[in-house]
Amino acid sequence: MITRRRLLLLLPAAAIAYPYVLMGTPEAAPNYDRAKHWWGMLLQVDKCIGCGNCVRACSAENNVPEGYYRTWVERYHVTGGPEEPPNVDSPEGGIKGFPPSPYTGGKNFFVPKMCNHCVDSPCTQVCPVGATLHTPDGVVLVDDKYCLGCRYCIQACPYGCRFLNPVKRTAEKCSLCYHRITKGLTTACCENCPTGARQLADLKNPDDPIHEFLRTHSVQVLKPHLATGAKAYYHDLDGSVR
Amino acid sequence: MPFDGFMYPNEVELQWSVLIVVYPFVTGLVAGAFILASLERIFHVEAVKPTYRLALLTALSFLLVAPLPLQLHLGRPERSLEMYLTPHTSSAMAMFGFVYLWYLMAVILLEVWLEYRKEIVLLSQSTTGVKRLMYRVLTLGSSNLSEGALKVDDKVGWVITLIGIPSAFLLHGYVGFIFGSIKANPWWNTPLMPVVFLFSAMVSGIAIVLLIYMASAHLRHKVIDMRCVDTIAQYLLYTFIIDFGLEMLDLIHRIYEADESFHSLNFMMHTKLFFSQVVLQIALGTLVPILTLGFIQIFHVPEQVRKFCYAVCGTLTIIGIFAMRWNVVIGGQLFSKSFLGYTTYKVDLISREGELIAAGLLLLPFFILAVMVKILPPWPRDEVNAAD
Amino acid sequence: MTYFSLAQEVAQQPSGGLHGVSLATFKDAEHIVRLAVASAIVLVIFLLVRAHFIPKSFGQYGHYRGDALAELSAKPIHYAGHQACEQCHPDVLDVKKMGKHAGVNCEGCHGPLATHADDPGSVTPVLPDTKVLCARCHEENLAKPKSFPQVVTAEHSGGEACKTCHQPHSPLLAPGEKTKS
Repeated sequence: MITRRRLLLLLPAAAIAYPYVLMGTPEAAPNYDRAKHWWGMLLQVDKCIGCGNCVRACSAENNVPEGYYRTWVERYHVTGGPEEPPNVDSPEGGIKGFPPSPYTGGKNFFVPKMCNHCVDSPCTQVCPVGATLHTPDGVVLVDDKYCLGCRYCIQACPYGCRFLNPVKRTAEKCSLCYHRITKGLTTACCENCPTGARQLADLKNPDDPIHEFLRTHSVQVLKPHLATGAKAYYHDLDGSVR
Repeated sequence: MPFDGFMYPNEVELQWSVLIVVYPFVTGLVAGAFILASLERIFHVEAVKPTYRLALLTALSFLLVAPLPLQLHLGRPERSLEMYLTPHTSSAMAMFGFVYLWYLMAVILLEVWLEYRKEIVLLSQSTTGVKRLMYRVLTLGSSNLSEGALKVDDKVGWVITLIGIPSAFLLHGYVGFIFGSIKANPWWNTPLMPVVFLFSAMVSGIAIVLLIYMASAHLRHKVIDMRCVDTIAQYLLYTFIIDFGLEMLDLIHRIYEADESFHSLNFMMHTKLFFSQVVLQIALGTLVPILTLGFIQIFHVPEQVRKFCYAVCGTLTIIGIFAMRWNVVIGGQLFSKSFLGYTTYKVDLISREGELIAAGLLLLPFFILAVMVKILPPWPRDEVNAAD
Repeated sequence: MTYFSLAQEVAQQPSGGLHGVSLATFKDAEHIVRLAVASAIVLVIFLLVRAHFIPKSFGQYGHYRGDALAELSAKPIHYAGHQACEQCHPDVLDVKKMGKHAGVNCEGCHGPLATHADDPGSVTPVLPDTKVLCARCHEENLAKPKSFPQVVTAEHSGGEACKTCHQPHSPLLAPGEKTKS
């Protein structure tokens, strides 16, 4: 039974949110509720063309220092089975795309890499002061005002996604564009991916089409034997990918 | 290209520098020197008594230097207090801050104070000027030297030493755990790591006290107590055998299991780490001392030759244990976590984390010790002057 | 009397020695009490320092500064997002959504333009050079999916700008075409 007082409070709130609802981004309303989201990412290897747009976009969006990468793309050339070491390269993280391949034949593909925003992340476990954190909506972030720059988290990450910012001298990594997703936008890399190889997923939203994809297609994570609870889900990931 | 094969782009640059090699080396010396001191106090190995006070002061000197490489390494050293304000209990590094503090305050300083209290009180009465003030402060205002008071000192000191042994194990075992608990790095990730670190620490600590004792006796023109150094050498040998056994166990395990990281690590050991691991750490730093000390145990060797052997073995041991820390810390960062490539460690001569600083940090404890032996002389009362 | 024999004597006393010390000889342990008091003072100072310096929002959501969430959410945005572009450029959207580049977002080619979206008059975007832009995706490469349209640009266009023959917003259309003929 809605009281008149309640209605008086709800109406202005609804008015503020309405334009965002119309735009199709209700989460952008200034009342983003962290408890209603659980973020992940879908990376479809069969769609990645190695253009490097994601690396450039991330760099521009997040002021990533040159020579360091919050995200990067690897190129694989596989001739044997999963046990055979593949030939892998990632010239400057793929930020300028890739030069022609020196190989012929075999299996060749691109794999985008990023922070996996692990549920049981080893990086947050080892941080001595609580400068790297799990947000309630499933994003692993670095509090650059609190980080000591001890680099323990960089050592602990199995995926090589962290680095020390040479200017700030604190640890840094992909933040899943937290400043964007909390306003109803998608991440810079997903926004700029021309083929839809990278797509943000909200695992708490049953209507999210990516969530649906994850439920119906074969997906893999990197280094599953380490049980990090990675939330960067790959589709069509070859067994040779490291 | 600064690297061979493939490395994740952020892995090419090493994160933990030579300073993070110096740090476990220094804390290892602390733990080892303390364990040697406790041999006399708790286990009543009277033969090593001439080195008891010296070992304590050595441990203290190195312990005071231990936080310096860490502070120099931090990206934001001004925030280091945060480790004490908001320690993350799941982080070995955070908990270590408290272990260090406990060990410094409740074990080493307390034990040194109790051991030296009688001298401190006497010196506070016999000296003048600044020295007198310094000693008076150290007495904490009490000048009670009655038999009862000295008995209390002794009893409490005994308890502190007893607590000190597991504390020393914790001090250096934790460093091993900091590495051993990282599942992302297969070169580090083994439950043996804390144990290996601890035993190699004991080896290095015993060796450094042996060397300092022999060197200081030589400098002060005193006769070296052979019964003392022979006993120390014995303990060095026993500890070395255990340490070597543990390291070989780790190696054999890896070779036998040959998991996904094996080929990459094996190649690294044969190429980038060949000199520091096979030559310095294993051959010169472990096998030569073990065989020499073992030979001395079995066959009669003249005193002069024994002294020479102890000096050489002690030095080789110290170098070998430093190489071991290098091989663990630097070695663990030379290979890619993709197991497809290797990078190189470029260490500068002059920089915040360079070779000069590292060398300086390794020498600093000796200067501190030189000052400390003037304030709190550790020399045995029954020393004999060396004949000229 | 050496320290060693003292220790032996103390240890051999019944109940360890200290319990045998009566109140009258409490004076003998006085220096230990002084030490304990000094340690307690140091501990209290530490706790006061700690209380003062711990950030107020620490522990709000977990073992971290709660304020960090708001700070990290407030970082500046450089890419406006395609919805913002489409609000002012619906004509481009109409062409694009019918062609092969329907899924390619505006800033993927035009670069970060949040400043332009906020104040269109003050920031004029520079059109990208198609000689360079298009090859980033469409230059032939062994690792690209076989079904993805790719050419060896040197052979395909001889170095000419791609927009000579293709409309960038709908690439199967020739310049000037409204729909596919």
